[in-house]
Order: sequence, then C-alpha cells, then structure tokens
Amino acid sequence: MELDPLLLSRIQFAFVVSFHAIFPVFSIGLASYIALLEGLFYKTGNPLWSRLSHFWIKIFAVVFGMGVVSGIVMSFQFGTNWSNFSYATANFIGPLLSYEVITAFFLEAAFLGVLLFGRNKVPPGTHLFAAGMVALGTFISSFWILATNSWMHTPAGVELQDGIFQITSWTEAIFNPSFPYRFMHMGLASFLTGGFVVAGVSAWYLLRGRDVEANRKALSMCLWLLLIIAPAQAVIGDYHGLNTLEHQPTKVAAMEGNWETQNGVPLLLFAIPSKETQSNSFEIGIPKLASFILTHDMNGEVPGLKEVPVAEQPPVALVFWSFRLMVGIGVLMILFAFAGAWLRWRGQLYDHRFFLRGMSWMIGAPFVAVIAGWFVTETGRAPWLVQGMMSHSEGLTPSLTGAMALFTLIGYITVYAVVFTAGIYYITRIVKAGMEHDESGDTDEVERPSRPMSAAHIPFDKPATPPTSG
Amino acid sequence: MELIDLSLIWAVIIGFAIIMYVLMDGFDLGVGILFPFAPDEQSRDIMMNSVAPVWDGNETWLVLGGAGLLGAFPLVYSTFLPALYIGVFLMLAGLIFRGVAFEFRFKANRKRPWNWAFAGGSTVAAFAQGAVGGAYVQGFNTVDKVYVGGAFDWLTPFTVMTGLGLLAGYALLGTTWLIMKSEGHTQDWAYRITPRLLFAVLIVFGLISVWTPLVDDFVRERWFGNLGIIWVLPALALLSTYILWRAVRKRQEGMPFVATMAMFIFTYLGLLVSKWPYMVPPNYTIWDAASAPGSQLFLLIGMLFIIPIVLAYTAWTYWVFRGKVRADAGYH
Ligand code: HDD
Ligand code: HEM
Ligand code: HEM
Repeated sequence: MELDPLLLSRIQFAFVVSFHAIFPVFSIGLASYIALLEGLFYKTGNPLWSRLSHFWIKIFAVVFGMGVVSGIVMSFQFGTNWSNFSYATANFIGPLLSYEVITAFFLEAAFLGVLLFGRNKVPPGTHLFAAGMVALGTFISSFWILATNSWMHTPAGVELQDGIFQITSWTEAIFNPSFPYRFMHMGLASFLTGGFVVAGVSAWYLLRGRDVEANRKALSMCLWLLLIIAPAQAVIGDYHGLNTLEHQPTKVAAMEGNWETQNGVPLLLFAIPSKETQSNSFEIGIPKLASFILTHDMNGEVPGLKEVPVAEQPPVALVFWSFRLMVGIGVLMILFAFAGAWLRWRGQLYDHRFFLRGMSWMIGAPFVAVIAGWFVTETGRAPWLVQGMMSHSEGLTPSLTGAMALFTLIGYITVYAVVFTAGIYYITRIVKAGMEHDESGDTDEVERPSRPMSAAHIPFDKPATPPTSG
Repeated sequence: MELIDLSLIWAVIIGFAIIMYVLMDGFDLGVGILFPFAPDEQSRDIMMNSVAPVWDGNETWLVLGGAGLLGAFPLVYSTFLPALYIGVFLMLAGLIFRGVAFEFRFKANRKRPWNWAFAGGSTVAAFAQGAVGGAYVQGFNTVDKVYVGGAFDWLTPFTVMTGLGLLAGYALLGTTWLIMKSEGHTQDWAYRITPRLLFAVLIVFGLISVWTPLVDDFVRERWFGNLGIIWVLPALALLSTYILWRAVRKRQEGMPFVATMAMFIFTYLGLLVSKWPYMVPPNYTIWDAASAPGSQLFLLIGMLFIIPIVLAYTAWTYWVFRGKVRADAGYH
C-alpha cells in the first residue's frame, strides 16, 4: 500500500494537538482555582484553603508539565509536516505565536517556579502574586493561540499575493469574526473542566468520608460556579454556531447532517450520514427544530452540504457525531449543575451518595467534550486549512515521504502513551493519598524530607491507606 | 522602513534567543547528561533540585527561537524543519522524557526509570541539537525556497561530530553549574570531572574548527581572507578556557560557570561569523529568508518592550532560588 504523507500528517497533527489540548483546558481552569485558594488563604488565614491549595498544586504541577512538553512539540509541528502552510501564513501566524511566547509562556514558566518551589523563599503576598501571574499567563496564551486558530476558520485582514498571505489589517486579522465566540467558548470550557474535576474529586473524597470539611467547601464552590457557566456555555455555543452559519455554512450543514438547502429542517437526534449516497439513513429527528435554532424561524432556510462539490465536503459523519457528543455532554453538565442546586436547596448536597457518585463519574466528561468540540471545528473545516484560501494538500511539506510521516506518527504515539500512562498513574496516586497528610500548612515547612513532593511520607508506588476519618 | 534594516535587527534578536537557549537550557540538559555518573542518589536529588524551578523557563527560549524564526525568517523555519525532520523528532522526544521526569521522579519510589528518562532524554536532545548546528554549517539542498533533499541528508560524520561536541559542551556547563550550586561531596565530584570534560570539549571543538574550513570553501574564504579581526573570537574562546581551567584549580565557585558561558558565547559568535549573512546556506541570506517588513515591525515593537520585562522577572526568579541547593531543600 502506498503510504500517503497527507493522510498520515493529518492523523499526526490531530493526534498531537488533541493530546496537547487535554492539558491546557485543565491547567487554565485549575490555575485560576489555585490563585483563588491562595487568595482566600491570604485573606482569612484559614488553613483549610492552604490545604486545598497544596493538594491541587501537586496535581497542577504534573498536568502543567505534560502541557509544556506536548506544547513544545506543537510549536514545531507546523514546520515539520506543514512547511508550505507555515511559509505562506508566516506573516500572520509567526508574530502571533511569538507574542504568545513572550507575553504568556515566559510569564507562566517563571512564576510557576516560584509557585511550586518558592513558598518558603518569598513572602506570602509574592507567592499569591505568582499564582495570579501563572493564571493570567494561561489566559494570555489562549488569547493568542485562539486568535491564530480562529483566523484559519474565518480569515480576515489578509490578501494572498503570489501564494503568500500579506497582512492588510492587524486588528481585523487578530479579532477575526469567529474569534470572540471561540475565545469565550474555550474559556468557559476550561472553567467547566477545572470545575468538574475539582468537584468530582471532592465528591469522591466525601463518599469516603475523607477530609470532609475541606471537600464540602470545594464541592460547594464548584457547584456554584458550574450552575452559572454550564448553561452559559450552551448559550455561547449557540451564538458560536450562528456565527459559523454565516461564515462556514458547510460546516454547520455537516453538524446538522443536512444535505439539501431547504426550509423547516428537523433537528436530528440520530442518523448515519453517508457521503457516498449523499444522504442519511435511520434518521430520527424533531421536526423544524434545527431551522428554529439556526434561524429563529420554524421554516427558516438552512444551507445543505450539496451546495459544495463532494470533494469540498468535510467528513460528515465525524463532524455530525462529534457535535452530538459535545452537546450531549453539555446538556448532561447542565443537568448535574441543576441537580446540585436542587440538592443544596433540600440540604442534601453532601449526603446524596448517588449524586456524589455521579459527580465523580463526570470527571472525564469535560475532556471528552473538549476533544469532540475541536473535532467538530477542525474537521468541519476540511478540506480547507485556511478556509476558502488554502487546502490541506497545498499546505503539506513537499519533501515529506509517507515513511517519514509514519515513523514519527508511531514515535509520538509510543512516547505519549508512556507519558500519559505514567501521568495518570501519578495523578491517581496523589488523589488516593489525599490531602490529609499534608498537614504542613504554611508555616512549619522549613525543612522537608528529601522527596517532599511525594507529599511527605506517602510512598506513591505502594497502595495508599485510606484514613478512617477526615 | 528603508532607513532601518529590520532583517538585520531580527537576525540579532534571533541570535540572542538562540544563545540564551544554549546557555540556559545547556546547563540543565548538562545536568541530565551527567545524571548517570553522579556519585549517589543524594547527589542526584541535589542535581535535580538545582534546576527544577528554572528548566521550564529555560526551555521557553527554544520556543521563542522557533516562533521567532517563523515570525521573522519563515524560510528558515520552513526549510530547516523538513530537512531535519527525524532529528527534530528525536530532540522533541528527548525533551518530552526529560521534562516529565522532573515531575514524575519526585513522586516515584522507584526512581530508576525516571533517572534514565531524564538522562537519556537530555542526552538525545543535546546530541540532536548539536547535529542540527552541524547541519546548518553543512547547508541544505533547496530549490525555489523549498527543501528537496532526503530524510537523512543531515546525518553525516560531520554532524555526528558536532552532536558529540555539544553533548560534551552541555555537560561542561552542567558541571560548572553544579560547582556553583552544590557543596560537599557532590561539589567535589563536579570539580573532579570538569577538567576531563574540558579536555574532551577542546578536542572536539578543535577538530570541528579544522574540519569546517577544509570542507567548506566559503568558511575557508571567510577565515583566511582579509578579515583578520575575527580571529579575536577564537582567541577569546581559548582565553576563557584557560580562565576556566585556572578557576577549577583554585576551586573558585562562580568563575568556572561564567568562564564556560564565555567560551560558549565566543565559539557561537565564531560560528555565526563563518556563515554570515547566510541563513539557509548555501543559497539564502537573512534578507532572502525574511518575512514581510510589516510583520517584522509588528513583532519588533512588542519585543522591544516585553523582552526586557521577561529578562527582569527571569533574573528575579534566579535570585529567589539563589545559593546552594541541598537534597532536602523544599520541593514544592
Ligand atoms: C486554549 C488554550 C490552548 C491551545 C488551543 C493551545 N495551547 Fe499550547 N498551551 C496552553 C494553551 C493552549 C497553555 C495553557 O498556556 C499551556 C498548557 C499547559 C502549559 O503548560 O501551558 C500551553 C503550553 C504550550 C507550550 C509550552 C510553553 C512553555 O514552554 O511553557 C507551547 C510551545 C504551546 N503550548 C504551543 C501550542 C501550539 C503550537 C498550539 C496549537 C496547535 C497550542 N499550543 C494549542
Ligand atoms: C488545541 C486545540 C486543538 C485541537 C484539539 C485541534 C484539533 C484538530 C484536529 C482533530 C484536526 C484534524 C482535522 C482533519 O484532518 O480533518 C486539526 C487540524 C489542523 N489544525 Fe487544529 N486543533 C486545535 C488547535 C489548533 C490551533 C490553535 C491551530 C493553529 C494555530 C491548529 C491548526 C491546525 C492545522 C494546521 C490542521 C491541519 C492538519 C490536519 O488536518 O490534521 N489547530 N486540528
Ligand atoms: C451545550 C451546548 C453546546 C453548544 C450548543 C456548543 C456549540 C459549539 C459549536 C457550534 C462549535 C463549533 C464552532 C465552529 O463552528 O467552529 C463548538 C466547538 C467547541 N466546543 Fe462546544 N458547544 C456546547 C457545549 C460544549 C461543552 C460543554 C464543551 C466543553 C466543556 C465544549 C467545548 C467546545 C470546544 C473545545 C470547541 C472547539 C473550539 C471552538 O471552536 O470554540 N462545548 N461548540
């Protein structure tokens, strides 16, 4: 079989960037949470906040580390596999990524050192400041990278001259039409991720009766947050979709599984779209709802996939199902947030085992939703790399052979599999060990044992012994 | 715009980012390279603690080098990376393993695997970077600004030599850093191996200096043409070597590291002089490789404001973590 460098490069990019994306969404949310905890501790001096902060910083360190190393890979991916794309878009992408490095990455990296290791070396106020800077850095980082990415979906402020993108307006290019929606949607996604993970872990502890006071506080805080942002995410997502309808109608057609441009389009709950037959089988839908959502009119006209030649249609089934997965999880999140509010009102929040168990199962959900969302966005753009201006095949590295691409693809999969397994393993150990052992608070930590990071005396490679009470 | 040569300014900035990377990540990669040879596990704890708070920031200079090249000299980015495809992969894989080893090792009871990941990753990354440097000297097979060579063109005896050279050089930065940051038997050990590493570095660098003008007409012309002044650079590099050697003999603590850095800087400048103004040798100069002036300017404005701030807070974090590191000095 002939190895296709284009296909292999697409798989490789999708793999490495999806792997990378798992970590930022979590570190963005968690960084803000840690800054908040540090702030509360600074203000109240209540050791409970400090304990929570110590605990989450340990997990943050692991997640952040994996985010950094996989991010470094990303910054070279454009050149190794997509050199024509890099060369053509460098006038725009180059400065933006560089700004990301100097405004965000240095900030995060420098203050991370102080956040992780500097507790006894700087005054508490400075330590709090470092936590704030790390959180700020993660946001600045997403600003630049999402501006870059949004521009690939809705290019603006540029013109093509001799195959090279030249900037005509920096503001138009950076604040391109899909950027505000993507930035908000992604920001909320990060907070949802942080919120569900912290809430889920706290629920898990509460089920086992461990460190009850701190975990009740954490769960309660998270649920207030989720109650606001889970519904907000659906609203923003709706606006995001409307904006996409305007700029990338084919992508929306794929999300809806809608082949013909027509009025009164149903919202499909289930279908098996096929590019071969250019139609769906096994459709189950709610009449006219898609038209209503997208045009706010029961009989509004929704564009269909057949508007463009088959070669310009994205992989419909993938977009269609990823979209349903993301929205499905979004709805589930709203239900959980509402259930939490209801139980709180009934005064059963901390004792409802079924709910707590559900919350701890939800830990994985935001990650799945995020990856699914990116698959909708990115595969929905296919065959374009820069919407309407440059295709995947035009962007590929000319000297790349199938064998080279396959070699590195297998390489990345192997390396990431090892790293990921180890990372999950250590994170699970930290969670199982819990925060009870970290009694150090903030004052008596002058000397620590030789492996203080292995949280004082807990051998992570042996089974942790759950304490009897909090 | 015609008044100032933006490409020239950018060449200086990128050159600065690269040497910053080499010096800063150099010593922490060096610590990794030395890891298997450390006298005991306690020394390894010290070695790792000495770089743990700063390695992430150090590595960010690499990202700046990459992104900066994309922004200012996209041709370099779009030819080097395809040409060095396999080498870049190996470097990244090395950096991944050593990066996660920091976090994982401290949480593991069985440290062995992460010791190896840290050492192996650092070694592979250092070697690959040296080979990349060698490949730059060697030049690239391009047609119409597109790389057209094969996957292994970069791998030659010469690049293997430069790879080993950088490996030894980084290890030297590592030992001299440890002399500064450690005490007791770890420091004794660092003092002991520094002269040996220095010897290895001198041999490899010497070989490279003789080899390059022999195989490369352009380099020979540069050094043996009428630009006598550039011989100052190798002279200063040798002087730094001498200072280093003497400082180690006298058991000074800070000077060996400073002298090693000086040695690196002068060697690096010598390398740049050899190829100037070619950025993608043998065909394209810095001006051929440049992005649009508007893009260079847009980025330059921010750089001029932000880089000093970055340098300031980076210096501050080094200040926070100043002084000797002990095995038990609080991690997290
Ligand atoms: C919405 C957020 C987001 C998205 C879409 C991406 N990243 Fe990322 N990236 C971050 C948010 C982030 C972060 C929050 O700033 C990270 C994650 C964890 C971390 O350590 O910093 C990071 C780390 C990180 C690093 C290491 C920084 C360092 O040395 O400290 C690099 C080089 C990149 N990323 C590059 C990329 C590239 C080239 C991407 C596009 C394909 C990309 N990231 C997508
Ligand atoms: C971090 C979150 C991101 C995720 C999870 C993600 C996911 C994906 C996926 C799944 C594809 C494959 C599409 C296909 O082949 O049909 C893709 C393509 C692509 N994306 Fe993204 N993307 C992300 C961010 C970005 C950003 C920020 C950029 C640019 C700055 C970018 C640039 C590209 C490019 C160049 C491709 C083409 C290569 C390919 O098709 O695989 N992506 N992305
Ligand atoms: C609940 C209802 C939701 C709706 C209606 C919705 C809507 C959308 C739409 C229309 C897109 C595609 C944007 C494009 O055209 O490029 C998208 C992308 C995305 N979604 Fe959602 N979404 C929802 C929930 C969620 C949730 C719960 C998460 C994660 C926690 C999430 C994460 C993402 C991500 C990461 C992307 C890709 C980045 C982007 O384009 O913004 N979404 N979403």
